Amino acid sequence: MVFLLTAIRPQNPNKSLKYYKIMLNKIFINYKTVNDNNCLVVEISGNFLLDTPDNITFQDVISKIESLGKIAKVDFDTTALESWDSSILTFLNHIKLHCLNHNISFVKDSLPGGVKRLIALAEAVPERKGVRKTESKSSFLANIGDTAIKFVKTSQDMLGFLGETTVAFARLISGRYKIRGSILFPIIRECSVDALPIVSLISCLVGLILAFVGAVQLVMFGAQIYVASLVGIAMIRVMGAVMAGVIMAGRTGAAFAAQLGTMEVNEEIDALKTLGISPVEFLVVPRVLALSLIMPLLCLYADLMGILGGMVVGVFMLDLNVMEYYNMTKASVSLNSFWIGIFQSLVFGKLVALAGCLRGMQCKRSASAVGEAATSAVVTGIVAIVIATAVVTVLCNVMGI
Amino acid sequence: MAYGTVVVQQNLDFTVNHGDIFIIMGGSGCGKSTLLRHLVGLQKPAMGDIIYSVGGKNISSEEEKNINFWQASADNKRALMKNFGILYQSGALWSSMTLAENIALPLEAYTDLSVSQISELASLKLALVGLAGFEGYYPSEISGGMRKRAGLARAMALDPDFLFFDEPSAGLDPVSARLLDELILELRESFGSTIVVVTHELASIFAIGTNSVFLDPVTKTMIAKGAPQELLETSNDERVINFLTRGEGKL
Repeated sequence: MVFLLTAIRPQNPNKSLKYYKIMLNKIFINYKTVNDNNCLVVEISGNFLLDTPDNITFQDVISKIESLGKIAKVDFDTTALESWDSSILTFLNHIKLHCLNHNISFVKDSLPGGVKRLIALAEAVPERKGVRKTESKSSFLANIGDTAIKFVKTSQDMLGFLGETTVAFARLISGRYKIRGSILFPIIRECSVDALPIVSLISCLVGLILAFVGAVQLVMFGAQIYVASLVGIAMIRVMGAVMAGVIMAGRTGAAFAAQLGTMEVNEEIDALKTLGISPVEFLVVPRVLALSLIMPLLCLYADLMGILGGMVVGVFMLDLNVMEYYNMTKASVSLNSFWIGIFQSLVFGKLVALAGCLRGMQCKRSASAVGEAATSAVVTGIVAIVIATAVVTVLCNVMGI
Repeated sequence: MAYGTVVVQQNLDFTVNHGDIFIIMGGSGCGKSTLLRHLVGLQKPAMGDIIYSVGGKNISSEEEKNINFWQASADNKRALMKNFGILYQSGALWSSMTLAENIALPLEAYTDLSVSQISELASLKLALVGLAGFEGYYPSEISGGMRKRAGLARAMALDPDFLFFDEPSAGLDPVSARLLDELILELRESFGSTIVVVTHELASIFAIGTNSVFLDPVTKTMIAKGAPQELLETSNDERVINFLTRGEGKL
């Protein structure tokens, strides 16, 4: 196939004129005054193009007009203008505005035909009143007020969303509607099996790091065997759940937000609403359910991987026996710690899924909004995890478990 | 109709009769799509009423017959919306589901049919819009025109009494657009649905429209209503004539 592309630029018939000016890729301007110094004729020659170095600006012409004083008319002579593009339009527009503001008549008759037509085209539809966006700068106090109002609004939205989800769950439990397996199982797979490699890597390394940091101190007392207790309790009581939670916030929470956000952009959520299908029941509940079911299992797996990581350090660096390490871990970790960890992971699963779905449902209709939703889902998820951990830890302390 | 303090349209008053193909037309940004969102329940109008009249054997009271959409009880509203079929501008197929599953979802939500009956119905609806054999495809695997037709198949899944189309021919080539128009006409003949179309495609307006309302963005109100062909012949309003003749004026 052959494509023939021809670009025709307005060419000046007066080709013979000063050839070197074309070669120079430069704009040349000359001023002439006629009619008793009443009329300024601006002679433009050379190449007036976007990539021409702007040695001449509209300010030069305006200051020339101002320096001459009593000019009543600005005319142009473009017989020697070789080529031009949009840059000449903005140049002329500035001059025209100046002329308009100072009661000077702007004569465009002698401009090249194309330029004249384009100027006329730009003038053809006058600016609609009240369309232009005005940026109003608000005062410091007003900003504080706005932020406070926004905060109340976001809290209301969050509570509303939480309420809606709770009602939907109640409807699910009371059998008012069903979740289909074909919707639930892909989500479960996405947040379980698919997440295993990254969960393994991170929790194993966290166990390793904990063991290293502990070993440095404990070796000084000859108490390296307590590395097993340290890693075991830390992983099972808090770190397993927290690490799994953070990974899921970054992985699945963001994915939920992006999925729901894209559905909002594509009117898919509208399509659900107008069918009378509640998006919360159809999209949010399966996701929250899936992650809540899976998180305790992931946490259990993360616990195991963390202990294995610690064991690697214990065995290869501290010369502990594998059985010795295993027995110490078993002896020091109480069942209470285990249940606390599992409980926390259940809470984290709910929080991460809710944060992801909330941000996804709040998404506006643009590509950047989807990105913001995903980011905000991760941030919300991790903040929620940290706060929840703090609350659970303090409560456990108060209750003495 | 308003967004915040910006009024989009006011003093709208029109009736869509049973069996109409009702065109909502007007220039860009005059509020056509917003009006549609009010009609189908996606966005509450700032003020005013939208009343749907529904017939049927099990309807006794006046209140059930004429439903004031935005004041109706949740159950009444849901029952009414079951009778809506909507074709969105972009198709709005659920992208994580195959075409067959897309069409099956409304059926699963509202009927007690068996799985095999539902899949049979889904195949039938796909065949009606010329997409037989595409049951297992995902929306991202087919062309824009096909997505529109699949969207139409989904809109018809429950044999709705009210069909709404948001710019059905936007993004389609002229031949596909005409085929879609013919499909719409065919649907009205076969199912007896009342159809509301938001469009500014002149060819479609004249080909299928039996009634219409013309919205104007400057005066923020409707400036004409009636059958498009009649409007073209009898209207004295320059804006309407301009629109219906692509600004070329009456011949």
